[in-house]
Amino acid sequence: MSKTIITIDGNEATAYVAYRLSEVIAIYPITPSSGMGEFADEWATKKKPNIWGTIPSVTEMQSEGGAAGAVHGAIQAGALTTTFTASQGLLLMIPNMFKIAGELSPAVFHVSARTIATHALSIFGDHSDVMACRSTGFALLASGSVQEAHDMAAIAHAATLESRVPFLHFFDGFRTSHEVNKIEQLSEDDLRALIDDSFVQAHRARALSPDHPFIRGTAQNPDTFFQERETVNPFYNACPDIVAKVMEKFAQISGRRYHLFDYVGDPQAERVIVIMGSASETAGETARYLAERGQKVGVLKVHLYRPFSVLHFLEALPPTVKAIAVLDRTKEPGAAGEPLYQDVVTAINEGLAEGSVPYAQFANRPYPRVIGGRYGLSSKEFTPAMAKAVFDELQKAEPKNHFTIGIEDDVTKTSLPFDPTFDIEDPQTVRCVFWGLGSDGTVGANKNSIKIIGEETDNFAQGYFVYDSKKSGGVTISHLRFGPKPIHSPYQIHQANFVACHQFSFLERFDITKMASPGAVFLLNSIYGPNEIWDHLPQETQKDIIDKKLKFYIIDAYEVAKKTGMGTRINTIMQTCFFAISGVLPKEEAIHQIKKAIQKTYSKRGEAVVKKNFEAVDQTLENLHEIKTPDKVTSQFTRRPPVPPEAPEFVRNVLGKMIALEGDSLPVSAFPVDGTYPSATTRWEKRNIALEIPVWEPDLCIQCGKCVMVCPHAVIREKVYDPGFLKNAPEGWNAIDAKFKELPGMKFTIAVSPEDCTGCGICVEACPAKDKTQVGRKAINMAAQPPIRERERVKWDFFLSLPEIDRTTISVRTVKNSQLLEPLFEFSGACAGCGETPYLKLLTQLFGDRLMVANATGCSSIYGGNLPTTPWAVNHEGRGPSWSNSLFEDNAEFGLGFRLTLDKQNEFARELLPKFAAILGDSLVDAILNADQTSESGIRQQRERIAILKQKLEHQNSLEAKQLLSIADSLVRKSVWIVGGDGWAYDIGYGGLDHVLATGKNVNLLVLDTEVYSNTGGQASKSTQRAAVAKFAAAGKGLPKKDLGMMAMAYGYVYIARIAMGANDQHTLTSILEADAYPGPSLVIAYSHCIAHGYDLKYGLEQQKLAVASGAWPLYRYNPLLADEGKNPLILDSKEPSIPIEQYAYNETRYKMLVQTDEQRAEMLIKLAQKDANRRWELYRQMTSLTYSKPNSGDNGNGD
Amino acid sequence: MVDLSTNYLGINLKNPLVASASPLAQKVETAQQIVNAGVSAIVMHSLFEEQILREGLKLNEDLSRGSEQFAEALSYFPQIGQYSIGPESYLRHLMNVKKSVDVPVIGSLNGITDGGWVEYAKRIQDAGADALELNLYVLPTNPTITGDALEAEYLKLIHNIRKQVQIPLAVKLSPFFTSLPNFVKKLSETGVNGVVLFNRFYQPDFDLENLDVIPHLVLSNSNEMRLPLRWIAILYRRVPIDLALTSGVHTAEDMLKALMAGAKVTMVTSAFLQNGVEHATIMLNDLEKWMEEHEYMSVSQMIGSMSQQAIADPSLIERANYMKVLSSY
Repeated sequence: MSKTIITIDGNEATAYVAYRLSEVIAIYPITPSSGMGEFADEWATKKKPNIWGTIPSVTEMQSEGGAAGAVHGAIQAGALTTTFTASQGLLLMIPNMFKIAGELSPAVFHVSARTIATHALSIFGDHSDVMACRSTGFALLASGSVQEAHDMAAIAHAATLESRVPFLHFFDGFRTSHEVNKIEQLSEDDLRALIDDSFVQAHRARALSPDHPFIRGTAQNPDTFFQERETVNPFYNACPDIVAKVMEKFAQISGRRYHLFDYVGDPQAERVIVIMGSASETAGETARYLAERGQKVGVLKVHLYRPFSVLHFLEALPPTVKAIAVLDRTKEPGAAGEPLYQDVVTAINEGLAEGSVPYAQFANRPYPRVIGGRYGLSSKEFTPAMAKAVFDELQKAEPKNHFTIGIEDDVTKTSLPFDPTFDIEDPQTVRCVFWGLGSDGTVGANKNSIKIIGEETDNFAQGYFVYDSKKSGGVTISHLRFGPKPIHSPYQIHQANFVACHQFSFLERFDITKMASPGAVFLLNSIYGPNEIWDHLPQETQKDIIDKKLKFYIIDAYEVAKKTGMGTRINTIMQTCFFAISGVLPKEEAIHQIKKAIQKTYSKRGEAVVKKNFEAVDQTLENLHEIKTPDKVTSQFTRRPPVPPEAPEFVRNVLGKMIALEGDSLPVSAFPVDGTYPSATTRWEKRNIALEIPVWEPDLCIQCGKCVMVCPHAVIREKVYDPGFLKNAPEGWNAIDAKFKELPGMKFTIAVSPEDCTGCGICVEACPAKDKTQVGRKAINMAAQPPIRERERVKWDFFLSLPEIDRTTISVRTVKNSQLLEPLFEFSGACAGCGETPYLKLLTQLFGDRLMVANATGCSSIYGGNLPTTPWAVNHEGRGPSWSNSLFEDNAEFGLGFRLTLDKQNEFARELLPKFAAILGDSLVDAILNADQTSESGIRQQRERIAILKQKLEHQNSLEAKQLLSIADSLVRKSVWIVGGDGWAYDIGYGGLDHVLATGKNVNLLVLDTEVYSNTGGQASKSTQRAAVAKFAAAGKGLPKKDLGMMAMAYGYVYIARIAMGANDQHTLTSILEADAYPGPSLVIAYSHCIAHGYDLKYGLEQQKLAVASGAWPLYRYNPLLADEGKNPLILDSKEPSIPIEQYAYNETRYKMLVQTDEQRAEMLIKLAQKDANRRWELYRQMTSLTYSKPNSGDNGNGD
Repeated sequence: MVDLSTNYLGINLKNPLVASASPLAQKVETAQQIVNAGVSAIVMHSLFEEQILREGLKLNEDLSRGSEQFAEALSYFPQIGQYSIGPESYLRHLMNVKKSVDVPVIGSLNGITDGGWVEYAKRIQDAGADALELNLYVLPTNPTITGDALEAEYLKLIHNIRKQVQIPLAVKLSPFFTSLPNFVKKLSETGVNGVVLFNRFYQPDFDLENLDVIPHLVLSNSNEMRLPLRWIAILYRRVPIDLALTSGVHTAEDMLKALMAGAKVTMVTSAFLQNGVEHATIMLNDLEKWMEEHEYMSVSQMIGSMSQQAIADPSLIERANYMKVLSSY
């Protein structure tokens, strides 16, 4: 029977098997494993059965800990069970993993191995998570490629059933999970043949059942626990042979033969690398290459890492080996060596020891030298050049042990040098690199291309896609390989035959043609025509084109896209150019295949989309031009430096390299030792991603501050200043008389940062001022950026030089006044039009100089803390928000820790203070102890007092004086805000959030509620509204949104506000001020429109209005202080629902797509959603009508 | 017992009260209710080709937005198979309505491309519609396009549809023709079976507080039927084509006027939305009662009885009418 060939990524390849071999699947999103859960959920929604003909039950849990618990329970009840996870998620599963293994329960956890957060979070791949599970008792089975992930998944499911040892099957996050490769698909018959159903029956027979009751999970004492723990040994002893047997059976079925350890290279090798995961492919290819050229080298690929079979290991190792390098993709600080290294050392030591049973057959072998090294942390590239460097090291008389490869360690000198030009790529393999902008569709088109090549030609094909960490305007680099031989090159392309740059502006930012090999094709999407393009290339690009004799092609893809109604999606146009130039298929056939792919991709979204794409394809070739290039560099300009020369040294030398995509070249010494970075660095990264930016029309402006307030990236700001400053104003500067009663005689200006704007347009939507003669013109309007960039940049620089408002001179209780305050959260990498960031920015305006932020992992921790640059800023006094991220699940507790410390230090300082009355003076001590810090001026006065205190104690040498000096700042009020999304607050962090509220401590929790897990791509949370579609709720969420505010109200002493800036900005401001002022815990739940809602976010404010008007998002405040006054603490701040839910919901794809796919269910759910809204409103209304009597004491329930 | 039956587009109807395109036909349940209340036929809401095209493009844009640009979120929505972006959902609904009621069901179509008009007309026919109403109107905003050119386009299009579609065709017109009788005559020459007068368009309103243009749909009132009433009275017998009156029919009296002007049927929406579907029963009872009281035997007896050609002084339907109003002061 012919094999089915598919071109898919590692996640799909794995999920395909796991889904078909499971009955109960518990899931939770975490990068890069989310795709596996998403596939499982989608297939269950589409009613795809497993190999036994029943549809697996797929359930999303509140955390990975929850998923592991559900899996454990399902196993105990007799189900065939699986789950998918990575990184911190896997760590949360560990307690259950010990239990599952201890009970000899068959199960498979599929893990796209990812870095565990240490000094920083990283979403990328290494084995630190998997290695943390070594002691759980799970078998650890490694895959190194997409095909292997597919195959080992099946082997794991079969082996766990027979061995009763649970399996953790892992492959490298992103490198394998997201690599698209051409593989042979296992058929359902293959899977049926592999699984021995008698083991399934046996598993079920061991399940808990009241029909044959027993108990499992007892508690034991010192007398017996140990002995019983040893009972499992026979199972672990048998496991390797069982896996080997299953692998052999698999070979019979599929024709692909694996072993516990697979060796490649010279059979007489003297130098061997032991390695697992995707890098074993790279090392293996390198070994083959070198062996063919006479070197005695080889690679031992580890598949079954636990239970570690010394016997199988030694059998697989060439007897001639003299030196072994063990490469670990993890780091265990303080260990005698990394784990795989230690295992190999132990295996060698045990196995080759004279007379050791059962290894007698190896007794006469000489002991090889064994060294260990680290590579590839956080998806750091591992290339043939690095593998060769390791082989070379093994040749030395005294090879370096505990080395690193792939970095320059100039501190502890661990790193091995390598020659980056060493290249083993097969010349028959075509290598192509495409530079795109996230929003231009480049990656999607390349995924299509690689599928076309993989499935419609005889070529083998591989695609890998690199993204930066910005959610708007991010750069993507697609790496495509294809050719007649199988591709085992899991590393990025360094020498390409084809380089395409889909964005002209990249030429001034990046070294695009660096990757082009001599004679390669360079395709550029150019706004300039064939006759003028040359003069618009930077000198570096011209030089590369000439020196490397590149074949240079251009197309104005945006013009073609515009003509054919494609907007800014240039994907199919550039794809057509690629096929036309590369010649991978005859032109006609290529066009046919592209159209077939378009049909397949878009037909489900309607014929119009297909037709427009077809038109774009048809019009492409006539606009594609080959350019005859001059032989001299004539350009008048060079690439721009990544950051301006006036940037601080660290920004220039370290962050600048990262911005230029040259971070790999930074040595260890360049970095902080503890993950501490300077604040306010986004201001140095000018991304220029907006096609249009807002322009202020002073004659219409009413100075309301709304545009400033809603700007997600803090690029629109206003200032009131003395007219005297105008004399230095640049040309074209606009100023009008300020209309602020506290600030007479001043001037007012709104300025826009042209190079930081993302062009979302939400400011224009927010602007209420219209021209009376032409209502389409507002006080702020969008205009094309390039022609005005320089003019506006000069104006922006002048604007920044104007003094900030004296915070004590105005009341900040109105939106208008509040927007005069300097934002200390600016130019983040959030999506254009983000609904979360305006709330964070507002926090920094109100409390930025005294703000401590604990940030849950999620969107806000990524746009708030992902390098190269970060948005939390500093004011002219050097004060600003202090920000940190711990984890996803612990954020409330993390922030509580801030408060506990602040309170403790404050208490200690107050205890110490009176002891220094003689030095400080009674009045200063008294003033400090009794300071009223409820206002800006009160805080400023206290800061002045603390400054005097520090001055007076500066030269005191007593221990207590030094103690007081070190904690004196705690005497100034600090504002602790605990920030995160709904995934944190409603789901994974809810237990902690609840507990922190219950402590009664003075912390503020801000929930940026997008009603989905936004950062991982829109999975449902308990905050997701009924009737909305999300990943993991593909059929539309059937149950209502959890009412988090109502749950918190039950405490009675928690301040709660539900806000929506777009619906009522004043309410938002008031609520945040009240929450901060409330002397106990506060919970603010903020409606945050989100790209995962599926509409143009410039209409986000309007949707917020509709959400409130429909009752989907009622506004309220619950202030326990009112109850103290005998008033009802609940104030409903929005009116009774006045429009149907549909009127709000069906403007958003998340709701509308259900109507378009399952109209009946959509109708049923939206009716229920309407009932939810009505009932909720009625409940709140009734609560507001309760009468409260004034309590006897002023105690608000907070016993502190 | 009076005979309320009429014949419209060659289809025998038990009475001249037809439910015109409205939200009532958008649900099988309410369509059944309105039929149970007595209407003799249902005109479906329109299948808008532009809406289908736009919905597809918008869905694609919305699903693509933000995708493949950030490593953790390569998409934001699940892949959930086929979207009902084509006419399928409309056609499926039409079939369901047709199955659920025992009166003729008339499809309605508003196309924007030649191919779309013809394709969708055929598919509505294939879905089982008893007739098709072409909701024909393009808002001309380009001052260089002449009325003749537009009319020629309309006629060409209708000609094409007529060639491809066998079920009876009606064309719903706007009142904005320089010479309506001439155009209706040309229409009749294409083989169209009837015209429906007039289309009540979506007419935007202004929000003065916010200086916004706002979509605003107001329900009709009886006064609005004066315009189609006059034109039906003028067209009756002048053109060999069935006439239907829509806009402003709220009572039996309104129906009587329409019939007497020459309409074969009257089409009602606003009155049902305002008063509930049971209003159809009241209108029919009142019609029957009036006819009995006034000793009319049948509807056919009164159709066109007050058309321009039937009344003693035809000028009353023309400008004289205006002069008489003035002279009454």
